[in-house]
Amino acid sequence: MRPLRDLNTNALAQRWRPPRVGASFVPVVGRNLLVWRKMALASVLGNIAEPLIVLVAFGYGLGALIGPVQGIPYMVFLASGSICMSTMHAASFEAMYSAYSRMHVQHTWDGILNSPVTLDEIVFAEILWAALKSVFTATSIAVVLFAVGISTSPLLLAAIPVLFVVGLTFSALAMVFTALARGYDFFTYYFTLVLTPMTFISGVYFPASQLPPWLAAVAQALPLTAAVELVRPMILGQWPDRWLMPLGTLLACAALGYLAAAMLIRRRFLRQ
Amino acid sequence: MSEHLPPVFQAEGLTKRFGSHLVVDGLSLDIHPGECVGLIGPNGAGKTTTLRMSLGHSMPDAGRIRMFGHEVPAQIKRAKMRLGVVAQTDTLDPDFTCAENLRVYGRYFGLSRQMLDARIGQLLEFASLAAKANSRPGELSGGMRRRLSLARALINNPDLLLLDEPTTGLDPQARHLMWERLKLLLQQGKAILLTTHFMEEAERLCDRLVVIDRGRKLAEGKPRQLITQHLEQEVVEAYGEGAQQAAQQCSALATRCELHGETAFFYLNDARPLLHALATWQGLRTLRRPSNLEDLFLKLTGRQIRDDS
Repeated sequence: MRPLRDLNTNALAQRWRPPRVGASFVPVVGRNLLVWRKMALASVLGNIAEPLIVLVAFGYGLGALIGPVQGIPYMVFLASGSICMSTMHAASFEAMYSAYSRMHVQHTWDGILNSPVTLDEIVFAEILWAALKSVFTATSIAVVLFAVGISTSPLLLAAIPVLFVVGLTFSALAMVFTALARGYDFFTYYFTLVLTPMTFISGVYFPASQLPPWLAAVAQALPLTAAVELVRPMILGQWPDRWLMPLGTLLACAALGYLAAAMLIRRRFLRQ
Repeated sequence: MSEHLPPVFQAEGLTKRFGSHLVVDGLSLDIHPGECVGLIGPNGAGKTTTLRMSLGHSMPDAGRIRMFGHEVPAQIKRAKMRLGVVAQTDTLDPDFTCAENLRVYGRYFGLSRQMLDARIGQLLEFASLAAKANSRPGELSGGMRRRLSLARALINNPDLLLLDEPTTGLDPQARHLMWERLKLLLQQGKAILLTTHFMEEAERLCDRLVVIDRGRKLAEGKPRQLITQHLEQEVVEAYGEGAQQAAQQCSALATRCELHGETAFFYLNDARPLLHALATWQGLRTLRRPSNLEDLFLKLTGRQIRDDS
């Protein structure tokens, strides 16, 4: 038998090693997709209702008062920002409330863990799933934008994969909070203290250039700013001026969030 | 039981501590094909932790586990392909029907659609749930849900089943049906490791029992053998007025006498002299019975209620 000290170090290394993911994550995504299909219509309607209400209220109401912003009608300015915001919300909501239910309340993960699927694969599948679900929301909003004539450019289609990356970023970040959560209340803080303030300074409702310089500098580093910077021109029918930096920001947040979430969730499960 | 075949499960010197508390302390355990092994012990004895380590959900501080020759946790993925698990609490998917629960679970093992189509019908039949194929778990009784959990654990046709308290909370009918099904599985040559608090269940199902407490193995053997090895043949329980005095004055007529609350327990090989003596006590009621597994369990692990139970 090996000495105790060695094995303890091993256990520690085991706990903090980077995640390993094989093909078994696929049926876990399939499981969530099957549940979603049973209530897809209600889910999509719920997800696009809020952004549409915002568009009507602010776009028509406020838009009539303030005229063009950065040379484009306020309605278009707002629509191109709020599709990013809705993607962020949909991904965060799924990776927090829904994933937490499956992890902690319904014990769905515990059941899956008795099969050959590993915890790393479940976490990967949940992040991927939340991103996919947010893209369903983003796509239905894009269809509405096209139908009412806010955006008729073919680049609207190209915005969808970009919004998938946005979904990945925010589901990975949200999963970190799921890993640490002790109850649903915890997620309210993330929404009110992180996501809502970020929405106001990331150029969704007004250009970040309106902000005091120090706050505008903070906003530049935020993933939602990066998302808006990429998606807004595409809704207007142009390729973004810069794509390396904002795409890099999104992917870096996604990767860091995923690594942290995978390790924190492993710690959470090994501790039980 | 086929002891000449290599064991499907082997644990050696398994040790787990939480902080300074030793939960499992050098536990060793073998399970052979077709064998049913019962892990019994009070709450907090280390049963669930042992199962969790066997599943790779908890890392042992020392010792090793091998399942079907695969090292756990290093090769747990391969071991789990041949393993079925029924956990203490149901983890069924409330959004899926019974059939969908089996199908989705089968996909986690990479099973093909054709194989699942064939197996789902058979397993629902086996679990007496054929009529409930399109019902959701929320519409099922406790016994049906447990049988669905068992059917789900069988989706990959496993060679070893780990069952954590498979019949806790079930009524006698549901429990007997579960026992019948588990016996069928043993006849098919599957091995079972189960934990239970029901000594009747342990005696009916298990070829071999392992009694553990505070993480240590206290005894191991066939149920009947353990009883004859550790206990006298008979037990006389005396309760009612004067039980305490009876315990003091008649203890010489028994091999062992314990007073617990208002009841005196006499352990002995021939009850007649004691019963004769106790007959003179007014208001004292007696019960004579053969000694059983519950007596063994209480003798080995004590009658005290634990703080953590």
